[in-house]
Amino acid sequence: MHAPSPPPRKRLLRLKLNGRWREDAVAESDLLVDYLRDVAHLTGTKTGCDGGECGACTVLVDGKAVPSCITLAVRCEGCSVETIEGMATQGRLDRLQRAFHEKLGTQCGFCTPGMIMAAEALLRRNPNPSDEDIRAALAGNLCRCTGYVKIIESIKAAAEVTP
Amino acid sequence: MTSEPIVDAKLAQRRVPLIDGIDKVTGRARYTVDLDHADALVGRILRSPVSHGNIVRLDVSKARALEGVIAIVTGDDCPYTYGVLPVAMNEYPMARGRVRYRGEPIAAVAAIDADTAEQALALIEIEIEKLPAYYISEDARAPDAVLLHDNKPGNIEREVHHEFGDWQAALAQADLVREEKISCAEINHAQIEPHACLAEYDPLTERLLMQSVSQVTYYLHLMLSRCLAMDESRIRIIKPFVGGGFGARVEVLNFEIITALLARAAAGKVLMALTREETFLTHRARPQTDVTVKIGMKRGGKITACTCEVVQRGGAYAGYGIVTILYAGSLLQGLYDIPTLRYDGYRVYANLPPCGAMRGHGAVNTRHAFECLLDRMARELGLDPFEVRRANLLKPPLFTLNGLMVNSYGLPECLDKIEQASGWKERIGKMPPGKGLGMACSHYVSGAAKPIHWTGEPHAVVNVRLDFDGGITALTGAADIGQGSSTMVAIAVAETLGISLDRVRVVAADSAVTPKDNGAYSSRITYMVGNAAIDAAQKMKTILTEAAARKLEARPEDIEAIGEVFRVSGGGEQSSLPFHEVAKAALVDRGAITVSGTFTTPVEAQGGKHKGGAVGSTMGFSYGAQVVEVSVDDATGQVTVDKVWVALDCGHAINALAVEGQIEGSVWMGMGQAMSEETRYLDGLPAHASLLEYRVPTIVESPPIKVFIVESHDPNGPFGAKEASEGALASFAPALVNAIANAIGIDLDEIPVTPDRVMQALIDRRRQARLAQSVRAAS
Repeated sequence: MHAPSPPPRKRLLRLKLNGRWREDAVAESDLLVDYLRDVAHLTGTKTGCDGGECGACTVLVDGKAVPSCITLAVRCEGCSVETIEGMATQGRLDRLQRAFHEKLGTQCGFCTPGMIMAAEALLRRNPNPSDEDIRAALAGNLCRCTGYVKIIESIKAAAEVTP
Repeated sequence: MTSEPIVDAKLAQRRVPLIDGIDKVTGRARYTVDLDHADALVGRILRSPVSHGNIVRLDVSKARALEGVIAIVTGDDCPYTYGVLPVAMNEYPMARGRVRYRGEPIAAVAAIDADTAEQALALIEIEIEKLPAYYISEDARAPDAVLLHDNKPGNIEREVHHEFGDWQAALAQADLVREEKISCAEINHAQIEPHACLAEYDPLTERLLMQSVSQVTYYLHLMLSRCLAMDESRIRIIKPFVGGGFGARVEVLNFEIITALLARAAAGKVLMALTREETFLTHRARPQTDVTVKIGMKRGGKITACTCEVVQRGGAYAGYGIVTILYAGSLLQGLYDIPTLRYDGYRVYANLPPCGAMRGHGAVNTRHAFECLLDRMARELGLDPFEVRRANLLKPPLFTLNGLMVNSYGLPECLDKIEQASGWKERIGKMPPGKGLGMACSHYVSGAAKPIHWTGEPHAVVNVRLDFDGGITALTGAADIGQGSSTMVAIAVAETLGISLDRVRVVAADSAVTPKDNGAYSSRITYMVGNAAIDAAQKMKTILTEAAARKLEARPEDIEAIGEVFRVSGGGEQSSLPFHEVAKAALVDRGAITVSGTFTTPVEAQGGKHKGGAVGSTMGFSYGAQVVEVSVDDATGQVTVDKVWVALDCGHAINALAVEGQIEGSVWMGMGQAMSEETRYLDGLPAHASLLEYRVPTIVESPPIKVFIVESHDPNGPFGAKEASEGALASFAPALVNAIANAIGIDLDEIPVTPDRVMQALIDRRRQARLAQSVRAAS
């Protein structure tokens, strides 16, 4: 009988996830996206490719948009990580969520969490982005449904709302 | 017809966010891999490393002995073929004896975790005796080529030869006859959600639960029953949220059957999540196509005849192939008046992943070639591109030569809208160097009038339910894959019942609960399911109206329902009842109410009597036209799309917001095919199997798209509606190629128009100019 190799040793990871500190055991090789989905059970963050191609896994780490599928979980030690689940508070949609919903910035919805997180990072550093600013900020986020027209409209509409 | 035609031209357009939109923007929406799979085994597939060969030895004993491996299945575990058309199911979920493309599944493992499953795959021993492999249609069709399938001589899956009218005489009567050969690269759907499914088999009750990314859960149900030899009643299919489809998930896919086989063998639950590379390998998209099209034209632009030969490189198995090659010919008709026509189609086998249905199924590449040639001939005759199209408009209602029914036809208005909005008349011929305008038209079916699995059942069934809580629930098997079909059903029910939209809940696609539906393909849902939803809602309304009449002591015909209030028309406040009281009155003596609405297409809509005549037939075509403005950099060959103006006749926009979204998305998907998308293979190995190598346009290179909705009010459509998701796609590529010709005077015969192709054309032109110069100098 062949024996499978033993699972990798884990260590404790401490980070602030959507505003709350938590500690979890993770392997050195665990990706942030797998930690979020499998350990924290936050499945809003998606995997659409085999690594860093599509942007569906975009989350915020210390306010910056990063692809969580090519980020090691242990690199987020002590960091603040924000996902789509942290955007709506007390039953209220965030301005970007509301705009993506009302303006149809989302169709199938699979790229949407990553798209919204990338847009959130943009609006935090640039509250009044031009079309070109939006295009540059979302260049790494692929959508296959919308042709991006209503995504740009959604972000512009959100920018007009005070957060 | 089982349902009366419904036309309500007065019905105002609504702009409604998707009823499941909040789930999507909050991350709550559960796609297949988000479903609870904590106790599931991990599935992995072993794929063929060679393009063509006989499996000499397959030994899974070492893999089976690995600790943590729960089940292994191979071709030996499934002796049943699967596929689309009952006459063309020539594919096994896992190869049996022979492999025909690199990446074809050979075996699969279910293990306690991913590492173990992958180690097990590495322990499977396989020996394959190679056979010659063919990667282009010409090689596969060579007289001495080894056959991929013994019963398909010449490696041809299907030849189609259709002739309508005396096309030879009509060509002879033409003032100008021109022919072009135009090639379109193979492309892929590249929906952002990779393929996945979750299968659970309970050996105690012998039942299978399958949750998958399917667009047509009914086909999946049929094929699981066939390949697992299980009674259909023991299988349940649930469709979770689906992250796009575009045709990729119309066919049942090998991994779905394999996962079900694994779940049964493991007596448990198996999650199969394919990588992006495997999702590309599963393929089933638009084939590489060579189109040779010839048109005969009178001096004023009237077409006298068209002949067209289409060769599609279909990949290793039949899949949808027969339907695709038939569509490619039949949809030459239905857009313009073409009085005579000859069509020759060849669907060719090659040692590559099988092609299938993709948005604009079958019609796109033929339409591209036709619209390019039309423009070139117009130029030669000194006609404006709009003028030549207006010279060939249909005059409905009519049946085309090949028996396609055309009732509503908004193409003339589409042409007017985009001509005006783009400033065509003022700008054409006056564009600065390197800039150009191009236009083209297209159409698509609103649902295939004859379903593939002909059972005699209605084309669509929707159930509408009312219980003590006063909620209205619409039950449909129609798969919402992001296009907004559940929202459309909710609107149709709410409008018909005169109630608020948020009172309606839609349950879409659970075979234990929802009526069978033919699924999300051929843009059928709005027309067919929409009509069935209206039919069901009308039946519910009759019951509610009778209940209100009893309560208000009035005649049912005097009751009107507006804004959740049922009232006696002309009566005062005393003679009205709010919805919830009417609902309670309706339940007296009978309890919970479920009504069933249906839609069936009449025989005359089901196409010509010739062989293959049903393909392309529909109750109504959508019509689209677009103008594309480009800039071409002649130093780099880089083409930039500056703006698109598009008009689509969707009959009536039940949800204008969703219609706009569909039109923008389809135009943009046409842009991807036209500009950058292309699958490439190196000895059968995909060189494009990632979203970096397969170049889907990013937001940076995506242009503003100005949409105009044209409403021709189809006499049989739900509220006059037709499809809106596919019709605009096919006119992008020809409008682009025509715009490039306008910008730099070069006619490109291949798409995508990548910079290297544009540069090559520019270099060829310079070379020819130099040659001509030196010839002149020598003489």
